[in-house]
Amino acid sequence: VPGNTLAGFANKTELRCPGMQMSYTSVEDAELFARRIRTTSLRMIHRAKSSHAGSALSMAELLAVLYGKILRVDPARPDWPERDRFILSKGHACAALYAVLAQRGFFPMEWLETFYQNGGALPGHVTHSGIPGVEVSTGALGHGLGIACGMALAGKRDGRAYRVVALLSDGECDEGSTWEAALFAPHHRLDNLIAIVDYNKIQSLGTVREVLDLEPLAAKWEAFGWTVREIEGHDCKQIESALEILPLVQGKPTCIVAHTIKGKGVSFMENKLLWHYRTPNQEEMAQALAELGEAQ
Amino acid sequence: MRSAFFRALSALAERDERVQLIVGDLGFGVVESFAARFPDRFLNAGVAEQNMTAIAAGLALSGKIVFTYSIANFPILRCLEQVRNDVCYHKANVKIVAVGGGLSYGSLGMTHHATEDLAILRALPEMVVVAPGDPREVEAATHALAEHNGPCYLRLGRVGEPDIHREGFTFHLGKAIEVRLGEDLTLISTGGLLETAIKAAEMLSLRGLHTRVLSMHTVKPLDSAAVLSAARDTGAVFTLEEHSITGGLGGAVAEVLAESGEARVLFRRFGLPPSFSATVGDQEYLRMKYGLSADSIADSIESAMERSHMLYRKAGN
Repeated sequence: VPGNTLAGFANKTELRCPGMQMSYTSVEDAELFARRIRTTSLRMIHRAKSSHAGSALSMAELLAVLYGKILRVDPARPDWPERDRFILSKGHACAALYAVLAQRGFFPMEWLETFYQNGGALPGHVTHSGIPGVEVSTGALGHGLGIACGMALAGKRDGRAYRVVALLSDGECDEGSTWEAALFAPHHRLDNLIAIVDYNKIQSLGTVREVLDLEPLAAKWEAFGWTVREIEGHDCKQIESALEILPLVQGKPTCIVAHTIKGKGVSFMENKLLWHYRTPNQEEMAQALAELGEAQ
Repeated sequence: MRSAFFRALSALAERDERVQLIVGDLGFGVVESFAARFPDRFLNAGVAEQNMTAIAAGLALSGKIVFTYSIANFPILRCLEQVRNDVCYHKANVKIVAVGGGLSYGSLGMTHHATEDLAILRALPEMVVVAPGDPREVEAATHALAEHNGPCYLRLGRVGEPDIHREGFTFHLGKAIEVRLGEDLTLISTGGLLETAIKAAEMLSLRGLHTRVLSMHTVKPLDSAAVLSAARDTGAVFTLEEHSITGGLGGAVAEVLAESGEARVLFRRFGLPPSFSATVGDQEYLRMKYGLSADSIADSIESAMERSHMLYRKAGN
């Protein structure tokens, strides 16, 4: 299985999506980018024998559109003051973000081989330390949106045009700190702030509905003062049209509730709690890559 | 100490546009003038300390020097994970200021007793921990913390503490201040008990025990050189803090002494017992109850010194 060897990563041209250094030109490109994110993440997770495959797969299209089209970032200047800030608040799904950043050229593809490895560059929850393109380290849930509020506030106070995007899990909407930030942003009219909830409906020990029901989720954000749009989180066209012109409403922060499927793209992982934890074995990897249309 | 802090903060904000203040809906009567003078650099985050701290990190990561302000444990314990992950791990330029250190808010009860803060904050990587001994140290420390690029914790007393140092005294982060000379023993104090330490030292001197007093305003990084010379020069070291006996100044000094090879040094910690106070009382009342009055400290030191001399003689020296 290619994912189990260094060779699986070494073929950089195969992993790097055509046109992805800049922005994509067609929806097909975005879908291709999302597929690359999936296969690369799965290879990393398989090689590392790590967890959270389902969480990485559910946000592949969101990341593809953000990093392919929406975010104004420059891999050559990760500290560019005017850059848009992206915060992955669901830090456990970091394999997908590392894959995207490497594909966008923030750091060498080879680094992906060191995910989870002793002495490697990339730990199992997203970290900023020494990794260009990562704004903020997360891993404990409920931290990202508050930091995003601070960055958005700084942008307002400094008169800068950058936007701040925080990608949250549904599970971390259990955290009180998420709602502290949710209360703060509209009060301070942070319309340069965008929260995206990857609403894949499964959290650590069960479905969101079973563990701590969030419904009506969109109405909650609305009641807190956000402009909310619900989208199909695997439909690149819908994601792009939701994020194309921001803010959705002047003077208000934007919340995108993205309905997604945990483990999306691999039939036996879809909607299965097990894939919050389980590492794919060789056979499962082969099947997953085949389903994702990648030659072995 | 509170007004000294705000005086220094305003002076800082006046000359550095990066300086910002966030409060957790506390500071009635003291934050208003800063808010009026620097409206676009003031923020009341509401009763939401986790968010206050995360926002501070976000602002700091965008180039600001951010002071968060609240009372007692609220800006540190309620949001400890934000302090650890968002502030310390990112080396964010955030200064956490807590007014009401120790038993300042004694009568308000256990929730308002900040008596484990030094131990907890001292354990966090990157965090500088400062508990000034008088308003002049507060002012100097506030300026010094703003110049230090990284996370800091500033523990203030309350209001009305007297000035101990003269104007223009020298203050360096991480350097103890010798406020009284002495060769028989050393009393190291942190925070608002500095005045008590000096009183106790004066009493001891009248009893023939010449007491050196160090103001150890910076608990981390600890001035271990000052601790070691105290041990070598005076042979007896006592620590004094309005904090649990566990892990604060006394713990930090003990660590230095234990690893120093200065086996013959006499060492005792004065602080609060590692239990919650169920007694109702103001700061002075509770200090008396826990043996933190000048009289009580002088007596305890004197008898410890006597016992140690007796043992020393018994050992045939």
